[in-house]
Amino acid sequence: MNTVIQKLEERGLRKDLPEFRVGDTVRVHVKVVEGEKERIQSFEGIVIKINRGANRATFTVRKVSYGVGVERIFPMHSPRIDKLQVLTRSRVRRARLYYLRNLSGKAARLDVAT
Amino acid sequence: MLTGLIGKKIGMTQMTDAAGRVRAATVLTLGPCTVSQLKTAATDGYEAVQVTFGKKKLNRVTGGERGHFARANIAAGIRSGEFERRGEGELKLGQPIAAADVFKVGDQVDVTGVSKGHGYAGVIKRHHFSGFPGSHGTHEYFRHGGSIGNRSYPGRVRKGMRMAGQMGNETASILNLEVIEILADDNAVVVSGAVPGPDGALLVVHHAARPRRRANVKVANA
Repeated sequence: MNTVIQKLEERGLRKDLPEFRVGDTVRVHVKVVEGEKERIQSFEGIVIKINRGANRATFTVRKVSYGVGVERIFPMHSPRIDKLQVLTRSRVRRARLYYLRNLSGKAARLDVAT
Repeated sequence: MLTGLIGKKIGMTQMTDAAGRVRAATVLTLGPCTVSQLKTAATDGYEAVQVTFGKKKLNRVTGGERGHFARANIAAGIRSGEFERRGEGELKLGQPIAAADVFKVGDQVDVTGVSKGHGYAGVIKRHHFSGFPGSHGTHEYFRHGGSIGNRSYPGRVRKGMRMAGQMGNETASILNLEVIEILADDNAVVVSGAVPGPDGALLVVHHAARPRRRANVKVANA
């Protein structure tokens, strides 16, 4: 790849986020604009997918809210992410946890990482 | 200084703005271009500044080009073009012009180049026709365009009927792209969106002929 593009992409990377993996339960603190004010909203769930690729990287967090599955895709290096906390880690054997969509309740739990 | 500049497409990436919105962007090498001729109303009948971009291999320079560029005492470029003067600033032969001299961040620009060639393409690829069903009795008639007219009235095919033919490899302009960033050290300019042609394609970038008035876009939660 061209060095100018590489330089541009590297500049946009965030190096302050903690390392996390697929299967981790994370809390993402997102900056939300409401009218004139900006506040922080947190989104807590399981990381079911990490899409890598320099400044294009994204990750998907899934949670079940009032019985409805909600998935949110975050750009990994978005300035709208205030901070990210890793709450628990789980042992998973897949890179994409799409199978969680078909499970609910107790079946949708993951084994805690050893 | 000038109304535009010549450059090359480097490639695409994406940029995040201050509000966190992600948008597609293209990185261009714009200039430095060298002034190769100053056209005046007295000698040429109109005012213009001819500039040239890049460096042509010596064995590819024609005799005419050699003389023309020798007048300005510069090496022959790979692509030349004329632009009008814009704003203040004196121009003289052989003067290099950088991207930052002509454009600034936030400007709207029109980018002209030659689009990627797709060869002789059928109607599905070229005009987004939907083709015919894969089953239900279709016999050897899948990617065709279907009927192209009526019967004895009008007795001819209407002008502009979309059919198969050469697709791409023609001059294309993309209007009103925004200059997102200028990297003076690399002679690079980042514009929003896509531009014609493959990476490495030669491009002419003008100030927008009909700039869009900036719509008051509300920043959503991206």
